[in-house]
Amino acid sequence: MTATLRAGFVPLVDAAPLIIADAMGFAGEEGLHLNLTAAPSWAALRDMLAAGQVDAAQMLAPVPVALSLGLGGAAARFEALSVMNMNGNVLGVSRNLAARMQANGWGFDFTDARSAGLAMVKAVEQRLHIGVPFLFSMHLELVTYWLDGLGVRLPKDLQIVAVPPARMADALAQGEIDAFCVGEPHGSVAVDKGQGVLLLPGSAIWAFAPEKVLAARTGWADAEPDLAGRLIRAVWRAGRWLMAPQNRVTASDVLAAPERLNMAAELIERSLTGRLVIAPDGAERFVPGFIEFHAGAASFPWRSQAAWMGMRLARRYGLDQSASIAAARAVFRCDLHRLHLRQTGADLPGASEKVEGSLTQPCAVASERGKLILPIDRFFDAKIFDPANPTR
Amino acid sequence: MSTPLSIVVVEKDRDRAMLIVDGLRDAGDFDVFVIGDDVGLARKIAQRNPDLVLIDAGNPSRDALEELTLATAPMDRPVAMFVDKTDGAMTRAAIEAGMSAYVVDGLKPDRLKPILDAAIARFHMVQKMRAELAETRRALEERKIIDRAKGILMRAKGIDEEEAYARMRKTAMDQGRRVADVAQALVLAAEMLK
Repeated sequence: MTATLRAGFVPLVDAAPLIIADAMGFAGEEGLHLNLTAAPSWAALRDMLAAGQVDAAQMLAPVPVALSLGLGGAAARFEALSVMNMNGNVLGVSRNLAARMQANGWGFDFTDARSAGLAMVKAVEQRLHIGVPFLFSMHLELVTYWLDGLGVRLPKDLQIVAVPPARMADALAQGEIDAFCVGEPHGSVAVDKGQGVLLLPGSAIWAFAPEKVLAARTGWADAEPDLAGRLIRAVWRAGRWLMAPQNRVTASDVLAAPERLNMAAELIERSLTGRLVIAPDGAERFVPGFIEFHAGAASFPWRSQAAWMGMRLARRYGLDQSASIAAARAVFRCDLHRLHLRQTGADLPGASEKVEGSLTQPCAVASERGKLILPIDRFFDAKIFDPANPTR
Repeated sequence: MSTPLSIVVVEKDRDRAMLIVDGLRDAGDFDVFVIGDDVGLARKIAQRNPDLVLIDAGNPSRDALEELTLATAPMDRPVAMFVDKTDGAMTRAAIEAGMSAYVVDGLKPDRLKPILDAAIARFHMVQKMRAELAETRRALEERKIIDRAKGILMRAKGIDEEEAYARMRKTAMDQGRRVADVAQALVLAAEMLK
């Protein structure tokens, strides 16, 4: 019997697993009719999910964690059923700042986060205002982790401000911000509008960072195991389809439609293929695994990822660290993820936590089918995060 | 007498903003201020330090306002989101009306309710006007496309206008599509064959 499920997304490249699950029939195979709604902002989507207008939503990975710590206004509680994608963000600077960095000899290698960060800080005169889409986002976590880890004196007037992705290019043009971290395609849009130069992929700061999750109200997936299972499987199969290089042109076309991203397919294709145009003059850089939907158990909501975010939020807002980490862990439902994917042949890890940042080489790990290889997940400063012994 | 509550309304469109402001004035004596530009929105609101912020839920700049919900952010007094502070029915009504509100913590519900009732009613009107406008525009667009498609068919087949429309309608019915979609496909195909 076909069941209908209402789900929401924000028009970004990393909404792809939900959109593809619907458009390419993966939801249909599960007897699931996905009724998708595009939301104008993260706050709006959070409220839609909280108020029950949708039952599942694409969500910034730190949002369910923040809500579990009582941060972020809404009284709602969410949990993550899957990770929708790893990585996929870009960091960029204004044309002015890029020109000063270039004059100092910086070559925009798009690889080395430390030297790029030092070059940026050196080129800043007084003010460094950095735009991120939302205050509870991996964008903000990456930016703050990066700046803190540079180990140099930061500009006096350093501010991180929330700017809606679609306004990022205008905010650069109007001098509101000097740099940004944003999800694709909005970094590419800023480049094409001639307002920004891309400095780094998010993966240069943390090589395998959870970006968006598939979220539901806490308790929903336990109360509706059948629906939740169908949804998790459909989104997982969509992620597997998205991984195949031959599907990326089709995926770009599907995502480009007016009721989805309403953007040129060519812009979307850049991030799906990892071939990014980084400057208005057309300079290109290739980033393997720029965005990852599937490989290396990308969909698996590791409790250690949630713990890392919980630790970061606890420090920023002065909350008790071990209580925050415990609360954060509980909202990443790797137990449900594993349960509902059992029949699909997915090769999922045996463990629920790992030491984040410890892999400098791809590594075979114990898994249900014994073939799982986890990709490099190092932080740019080579530190590690052990959830059993959190230090940084 | 206490000082009137200060309310910030974020709305680009002047007419819509006036509609909302008038509605609020009818509901009581408030100090209402309209911000029509999204540049540096959170900072501007923080400068006004209002008791209540009303914003279209469809405005992407809402995400920039989330910092108002944090006690440590620019406003030095805690602000809570609407969904935190009122009953579920009120929240649903606001969401249906496409309205979001940011309410200063500690504002008593009995002071809040009449404002929000009035605001929700006005946002409903605004939403209806907007939907009607979009619908009119769409209808006009479709009319134009259908006329073009009719012209193409008339020239290609040497038939009159009525016959051309009848054929499009029949194709639409056979294919289970709208006449406007058939017309769009025809116009597109004709352009490619030019």
